[in-house]
Amino acid sequence: MSVVSAEHLSLTFKTNDGDVLALSDVTLDIEKGEFVSFIGPSGCGKTTFLRTIADLEQPSSGTLRVNGQTPEAARKARAYGYVFQAPALYPWRSIEKNVALPLEIMGYPAAEQAERIARTLDLVNLSGFEKKFPWQLSGGMQQRASIARALAFDADLLLMDEPFGALDEIVRDHLNSELLKLWATTGKTICFVTHSIPEAVYLSTRIVVMSPRPGRVADIIESKLPRDRPLDIRESPQFLEIAARVREGLRAGHSYDEEAV
Amino acid sequence: MSRAFPILVVLLASLALWYAAAIGLNAPWQRDVYGRAGLKDVPFGQFVADTWNQDKPVMPTPHQVAAEVWKATMLVAPNKPRSLLFHAWVTFSATALGFGLGSLLGIGLAILIVHNEAMNRSLMPWIVASQTIPILALAPLIVVIGFNIFTGTLGIPTDPARLMSKAIISAYLSFFPVAVGMVKGLRSPEPIQLDLLHTYNARPWQVFWKLRWPSSVPFLFASLKVGVVASLVGAIVGELPTGAVAGLGARLLAGSYYSQTTQIWAALAVASILAALLVAAVGLVEKLVNRAMGARPA
Repeated sequence: MSVVSAEHLSLTFKTNDGDVLALSDVTLDIEKGEFVSFIGPSGCGKTTFLRTIADLEQPSSGTLRVNGQTPEAARKARAYGYVFQAPALYPWRSIEKNVALPLEIMGYPAAEQAERIARTLDLVNLSGFEKKFPWQLSGGMQQRASIARALAFDADLLLMDEPFGALDEIVRDHLNSELLKLWATTGKTICFVTHSIPEAVYLSTRIVVMSPRPGRVADIIESKLPRDRPLDIRESPQFLEIAARVREGLRAGHSYDEEAV
Repeated sequence: MSRAFPILVVLLASLALWYAAAIGLNAPWQRDVYGRAGLKDVPFGQFVADTWNQDKPVMPTPHQVAAEVWKATMLVAPNKPRSLLFHAWVTFSATALGFGLGSLLGIGLAILIVHNEAMNRSLMPWIVASQTIPILALAPLIVVIGFNIFTGTLGIPTDPARLMSKAIISAYLSFFPVAVGMVKGLRSPEPIQLDLLHTYNARPWQVFWKLRWPSSVPFLFASLKVGVVASLVGAIVGELPTGAVAGLGARLLAGSYYSQTTQIWAALAVASILAALLVAAVGLVEKLVNRAMGARPA
């Protein structure tokens, strides 16, 4: 059974300037344990697709199943953890209390909360920062705390919406390799939205290239890179070949845009 | 020092202006006094000193007001009606009770408005309209009707009944800033913070306690500072029209009946000191709450 299964999925936003077709006829299956990146220029619907999986947006037509359920049922079953573009930490809560937020809401007993907080903070290398408040941490550490928050409860699916988009390249490289390690140790299915080609190629088992107006899937690229990826794999011919294909897919989508104008 | 200096400059300028104004305003009466006593060619220095030390001046000078405040707070037993501390306490009790009631009412209304669109549309215009009625016109009605209901129908003794009628006016003035501020505060969470709770399938009460309420705290304290001063104004206004015998408002009114200008100014001075203390108290609580909520030290 696919973790995420979309068939002819479309979504139209009603705006004052008329309807905007944010997603058009998206058909896609994501299997358990995959790392799927969504890449494309702004307005291509990659974030909208992620939000639709999370039941934060409602599709206009087509079907979408998450763990074989409707997105709403999956959300109510707490099937996924969501990492937003910004850390979205609550400033009045310490780091451990921020990680505890979903656990409190889901009603975990106190002892188990403490155990899970310690484990997930260790997973994102934030042990020792439990009592700090968000403003005392760097942007990269804040985003790591928000990943810990998404990992704290037992969701097998991790939805990440440009989580490292606001960080500088050195921090981003570091977090990318940590994310791969995390994926290897937890075996979660990850959907990852990005607009960085190297990031998408480095992380993914599959790359979904999307193009704008209307948002649709332009290409789906399987990555044959090994699962164990040191950072310098980005210099390998195999890596560059995949990156070239992603770039080509993006360019094809872009020329469509220019024809339309 | 760097903070005290500008304040000191403004204070000295105000005092200078005050003394200068006192000369002009008290001069006609002083000339009258000299005329009746047949005094001519009084030296200017003497004339100025006399305008600054009249018994019932049009404009009492700072040292006269300060002396009156000192006399009426430190030299009179605080349980005597001649003590300004006694009157300040009477006014403070009504202020505190009204402020408590008004704040709770304001917060309650804000919660209703934020969670219910029908409430938003129906309540908000009335809340705004309530403040367009001049409180001076409304206060006598509230005090008289309230006092009669409390003593008559409910059989409450006169002193608590008086206190409660004044507290209603305080509450009437203070609920407004709290309601308006809290509506804004409870709506202040960012969409991303709300989305996060949606992904956890949080219940509405969890969204309230874990996000909306803590987000609104800065707005709450800003509103409370406005509200507490409005409460004091309400309590004083509530003491003006009713022949009240106690409270800073009654003291103001008595002073004006008997042309005791220095007494009026002393009561005013005590009222503004009380207001400053109330705002400072709210500010102190705010500081403690901020510290508990991990705010970045300013």
